[in-house]
Amino acid sequence: MADQIQFELVAPERLLLSQPVEMIVLPGAEGDFGVLPGHAPFVSTIRPGVIAVFDGGQVTERLFIAGGFAEVTPERCTVLAEEAMPVGQLDRGAIDTQMREARNDLADAKDDGDRAAAETRITVAEAKLAAMEGTVY
Amino acid sequence: MPSLKDLKNRINSVKSTQKITAAMKMVAAAKLRRAQEQAEAARPFAERMERVLSSLAGGMAGQEGASPLLAGTGADTVHLVVVMTSDRGLCGAFNSSIARGARRVIRDLLGQGKQVKILCVGRKGRDQLRRDFGKLIIGTIEDVGRPRLGFDAADMIAHRVLEMFEAGEFDVCTVIYNQFKSAITQIVTVQQLIPFAQPEPAAGAANAGGERPFYEYEPSEEEILSELLPRNLAVQFYKALLENAASEHGARMTAMDNATRNAGDMINKLSITYNRTRQATITKELIEIISGAEAV
Repeated sequence: MADQIQFELVAPERLLLSQPVEMIVLPGAEGDFGVLPGHAPFVSTIRPGVIAVFDGGQVTERLFIAGGFAEVTPERCTVLAEEAMPVGQLDRGAIDTQMREARNDLADAKDDGDRAAAETRITVAEAKLAAMEGTVY
Repeated sequence: MPSLKDLKNRINSVKSTQKITAAMKMVAAAKLRRAQEQAEAARPFAERMERVLSSLAGGMAGQEGASPLLAGTGADTVHLVVVMTSDRGLCGAFNSSIARGARRVIRDLLGQGKQVKILCVGRKGRDQLRRDFGKLIIGTIEDVGRPRLGFDAADMIAHRVLEMFEAGEFDVCTVIYNQFKSAITQIVTVQQLIPFAQPEPAAGAANAGGERPFYEYEPSEEEILSELLPRNLAVQFYKALLENAASEHGARMTAMDNATRNAGDMINKLSITYNRTRQATITKELIEIISGAEAV
């Protein structure tokens, strides 16, 4: 179909989603961007945030992504995710625990590497919380 | 000549061994199926990663300031060899064939006057290589993939290798693992990971890249590449770990199948000996009684 684009979301361990959709909005490293069929070839890094899948003018699916890459061609949009799951599966208790652990690790961090790793985890946890409360387009 | 009781004991012990090997075979078969499914599930990611990477690398290769992960450090003196084996034995020639392949590669490198460092993934590889290259082994990673082989295990190995690379501890990284072909055949594979060796067809496509779409990059090409290359390393390790896991279970299944069959043969032979011995004893006793009666 001409007005649809093939969207693929792949994690290292499995293929999460592969279906033709109308539009996808991705959280790019330098700002959110929408992908419609016929998009110019484009590669971007993804920051932690929410992928919104549009079909029939409606958001049909919201997926949380912890970072990764997107490759866009006129016919296809492929997202290589590090960690991804539907927003509905996020669990507030688990996120709070992650957040607390990450904060502790940040306090205990001995070198820059540890500190950066802990900070990344905090950013991811914050993004998860934002995703749970975030507005639907 | 062994007594009847000894024979009986042996038959029983072989029987219980056979039960164990048969059970191990079943377990290996189940695990093999799971490992294969996992390898299958991991394929799309690796494929797409490769596609993005080769389109990027095609444009970057040969340029000044390309990442050392792609272009190499410019030197070729210190080689890191990552040898992937299993933690457990009883899987036929699986570990020995990797160790043999590793020994050949290491001897070659040493013969060319290179310095070699060995990182063992899996206990068995370390045990086998320790005798010949004990001083070259710089570390062992054990219990990979327990309870379940996940991407984080591969990520951990990649991190360790990257840290060493950034510290300038080696120039070239090679991984040795068993590629899974079937439950009977595994192919020892030597793959160079750093600098990133482009697969042949992709290199060809990049050369004919005039018609390929020109990508826009956000942020810059270099930044994406510098994030993508370490990720790719983890993906390659993950692939190797999965192949290795599938191979291990395949090899164990075959080995245990053979062992079960051999135990069966052995039981047959022992039973025949047992029966003959018993018959001989009976005959002997009869002769004794008859000759005793005749003498009276």
